[in-house]
Amino acid sequence: MLEILIYILLGIGIFFNVLAGVGLLRFPDVYTRLHAGTKCTTFGSIFICGSVIILGLKMWYQGSTDGSVLAIHTVGALVAILLTNPTGAHAIARAAHKSGVEPVGAVVDSLRKKSTKKAVKKKTEVKE
Amino acid sequence: MMDFEYLVVLLALLFCVIMAMIRVIRGPTAPDRIVGLDTINTIVISGMVIFGAAFNEVIYIDVAIVYALLSFITTLFIAKYLEGGDF
Amino acid sequence: MIAFIVTTIICFITYLLLTTGSGTIGLWSREELLFGFILSLIVGFVTGRIFVKEDFRMLNPVRWLTFIAYAIGPFFMGMAKANIDVAYRVITGKINPGIVKISPDLKTDLGITMLANSITLTPGTLSVDIDEDKNDLYIHWINVNEEALKGESVDCKYICGNFDKWIRRIAE
Repeated sequence: MLEILIYILLGIGIFFNVLAGVGLLRFPDVYTRLHAGTKCTTFGSIFICGSVIILGLKMWYQGSTDGSVLAIHTVGALVAILLTNPTGAHAIARAAHKSGVEPVGAVVDSLRKKSTKKAVKKKTEVKE
Repeated sequence: MMDFEYLVVLLALLFCVIMAMIRVIRGPTAPDRIVGLDTINTIVISGMVIFGAAFNEVIYIDVAIVYALLSFITTLFIAKYLEGGDF
Repeated sequence: MIAFIVTTIICFITYLLLTTGSGTIGLWSREELLFGFILSLIVGFVTGRIFVKEDFRMLNPVRWLTFIAYAIGPFFMGMAKANIDVAYRVITGKINPGIVKISPDLKTDLGITMLANSITLTPGTLSVDIDEDKNDLYIHWINVNEEALKGESVDCKYICGNFDKWIRRIAE
């Protein structure tokens, strides 16, 4: 019974990871690719790590210490993924916007107005 | 010996890595390449967790934790470099 | 002093979690306990002032429980919705992107970090930049709602639902 649950979780995780790959290939610009590459891999990793945690708890229940160690360390890896992934995505998006990549087909871009104002201000300061 | 189901999972993850690698090679701008690299890092972490379960060795998962933290620092550093300005 | 003690305790607990099953005292061996304690004393001494900044409101256990309830309930549901949304857009290719500005009106650094990370992991939005003076966030939105664009900045409820209320309860 528990094995079927583990297989289902693994299947969901693989589905979302493959979706991240397809999204990376299909989307038109950096920002939309970040949407696919960040959300889908994080969600898929939650399910894959969850299946390994359940496997470890099952081994622990059957009386092996290795199982508990496996489960606890996998929780550590999951926490590391959850903390670092969105922050990295934010850093990449910010770097892309500052290095001048425009969002393709954007309806509105309030950040660009602000950044051009700031750039003009900086230039005048330098001249003075 | 590895079980069959883990082999299938790892092959699927390899397929994802190949798709992200195509983006790294083809990507028109530098941020595109970093997005591909970041995706590869996360998939490799899940692959290491699966390896740990398949061989029943906890050391793989320790390596996965350290890899997650180090790849995060790498991503931040490359992003900061692209952004320009002071460190 | 409180910062030093808090950082040392958190470091020691992390060390204990990562070395479970190494010996016979409880689950740990004597060497691991001793070495971990000395190491966390050093780390607490060096980084205590950076880790806790004269602000001890996060030591309240009620806030931890609220955080756990938030992570399991609305946040996880938001993530599931986000992924189904991205799946739909990957398959059909319908996008209508734009970068908008929101003013969530949060004061603390921890609160704004949590809100930015939550926004990145939930439906159709990705935090791009932050205005550090006013704590405004710039969001890349994959499917812009035309009604939301009328004012100076976009209302929070279009972007993050009721996340800002939860985070105000946790971190403010």
